[in-house]
Amino acid sequence: MAPARRKSSTPEKAPAGARGSTSVQRHKTNGVIAVGRQRQLAEHQRLGLSTERLLEMFETMLLARAVDERQWVLNRQGTQPFHISCQGHEGSGVGSAFALDRSRDVMVPYYRSLAAVMAFGMTAKDIMLSALARADDPANGGRQMPAHYGHAKLRILTSGSPVATQIVHAAGAALASKIRGDGGVSIVYFGDGASSKGDFHEGLNFAAIHKLPAIFVCENNHYAISVPSSKQMAVRSVADRAMGYGMFGASIDGSDTLAVYACVMEAAARARAGEGPTLIESNVPRLTPHSSDDDDRRYRPEAEREEARHHDPINVFLRYLQAHHLLTSETEAAIRERVQAEVSLALEEAEAAPMAEPETAFDHVYADVRVPDFRARLYSPMTLPRGPYP
Amino acid sequence: MSELSLVESVRVALQEEMQADPTVIVLGEDVGVHGGVFRATDGLQKQFGENRVIDTPLAELGIAGVAIGAAMNGLRPVAEIQFADYIHPAYDQIVNEAAKIRYRSNGTFSCPVVFRAPFGAGVHGGLYHSQSVEALFFHVPGLKIVVPSTPYDCKGLLKSSIRDEDPVLFFEHKKSYRRLRGEVPDEDYVVPLGKADLKRRGSDLSIITYGIGVHLALEASERVAGDGIDVEILDLRTLLPLDTDAIKETVARTSKVLILHEDNKTGGIGAEVAAIIAEESFEELDGPIMRLAAADTHVPYAPELEEAILPNVDDVVAAVRRLAEY
Repeated sequence: MAPARRKSSTPEKAPAGARGSTSVQRHKTNGVIAVGRQRQLAEHQRLGLSTERLLEMFETMLLARAVDERQWVLNRQGTQPFHISCQGHEGSGVGSAFALDRSRDVMVPYYRSLAAVMAFGMTAKDIMLSALARADDPANGGRQMPAHYGHAKLRILTSGSPVATQIVHAAGAALASKIRGDGGVSIVYFGDGASSKGDFHEGLNFAAIHKLPAIFVCENNHYAISVPSSKQMAVRSVADRAMGYGMFGASIDGSDTLAVYACVMEAAARARAGEGPTLIESNVPRLTPHSSDDDDRRYRPEAEREEARHHDPINVFLRYLQAHHLLTSETEAAIRERVQAEVSLALEEAEAAPMAEPETAFDHVYADVRVPDFRARLYSPMTLPRGPYP
Repeated sequence: MSELSLVESVRVALQEEMQADPTVIVLGEDVGVHGGVFRATDGLQKQFGENRVIDTPLAELGIAGVAIGAAMNGLRPVAEIQFADYIHPAYDQIVNEAAKIRYRSNGTFSCPVVFRAPFGAGVHGGLYHSQSVEALFFHVPGLKIVVPSTPYDCKGLLKSSIRDEDPVLFFEHKKSYRRLRGEVPDEDYVVPLGKADLKRRGSDLSIITYGIGVHLALEASERVAGDGIDVEILDLRTLLPLDTDAIKETVARTSKVLILHEDNKTGGIGAEVAAIIAEESFEELDGPIMRLAAADTHVPYAPELEEAILPNVDDVVAAVRRLAEY
């Protein structure tokens, strides 16, 4: 792992923040509980999470991982030309999304937000429809590359490929919630590379000035394609910048699903109370190359990639559940089986789903003007009695 | 009916739309307490409060991005860019986000934002308070571009733009903000987007233009009328989408076309209008398509320099005479 990551998970490091600290400091971040502290509540108890809810979170993480892994297979088979992975970010996505209210909050995803959008209601089939660019893909009907998430009905804003632009949208969405007074919070995800762009500054500054109900989650996997965090920023943590904006900040271990949940719960409560936005640096491992077109062996030593695998959020959470006797091996096996079946069924259904009709490519440029098909005049000479057309 | 200046017509349109629709908000630099550097939003914050008329930080990317995010979450923001010259930091947000939101979401999201900006030269604003930027956005599917030339059109077009479901760039020529006055109905009305306006009927040739060009053309046409040259003037009003039917109709009537704009020539709106005529009205033409536009330079500050690069009424008269003689 990159040094910055180790630093951020050492307990003596205080989370950055303009005002106060967060409970995250108190968390053990490696998922192993301290023995001999039986009188203390376990973390999930302190957070009021039922076993059922915990298992739902675990299953969502597993499902996101399984969907992601299947997409790599599709890519290597030549079925899905491009894939960009969420692997390593599942705890961050699920922990944060489960801390929110899907009925009124707004999610602003980026391309590694697979687990987050699934926790917000997107299904394995939704993702597979997008992977195979089918017409019924609810994000964009096959118009965008895979991993460009969005779902109007689930309050997940549409996303594009430019990095960091969505950070400002979250400020805008939070402004709308504030003006309406609907109690909604907007959460936005982005990587460490995005924190270098002007959009980051302009979005956070605006949100802080107006005390908007927004949560900015930088999922710092310590690489922007091949460029490490040390070449991206001179601060030790993205969250150090929170103070500069006059907002709350926290740097947490994003592999610790419950730590993420706790931190986002606090941030959301502050946001709803009118106390303004929070910048969270969620430190996560990137378990794959940047994308299916990348080979990270060119710039990342094997030892570091191996180290990253030790921070796999699924294993961290699994160990927590096991240590607290919340998950028997039978239940785990049943969940894993269910997840695999769900992915297979989703893929089957997506494969059977129709492709978009070519003529729909001209739709939705505008609401009220349909762009004409340039071929129409080439193949309809009767409409042009004279002129240079065949 | 009231006699309003162009900038007053902007304010009236904003005020009426904000009154009619609580989701309409205004944001930009100095738009609140100050009422805008050109007073286009004067009094709006007092009337509608700080929540709906927002003084933003000095950051155009942020203004655009916040407006886009708010639009995706149910508002109808009107974002003011203080000068069109400063819209460039917001280009990515407008072109990569606003313009593509409907398309990339397969019609499940829309982005009803109006980006208002004063633009244009002739006020000794130098390189950075004089730019015409319409051509930079003209190439982008998903955007609409509106340039009003009268207070009446301005109010009606701005109201249409605010009610439109897609992002609209609304460019107001700053030279006409105060010196241009006109009758504006006090009641609610709209001027539809995408419809050009035949400003003057004529038989000898057509001037196709927009914005302040309309006024140059009107003055020039009066001057040549005495010489028996009967000029038709088509005010495009909406540049994107272009009213190609109106363009073809005027060509069919007069057979000669002068395209006039203050923006510089290369790759300008005139190039597209000329191409449309060449493709679709070739048989109607009785002369070469002429373009009169600013020189392909930047806009300099000193009056002598600025006047040297911008087309004026004399230039329009000369172009009209030359085309009429053909």
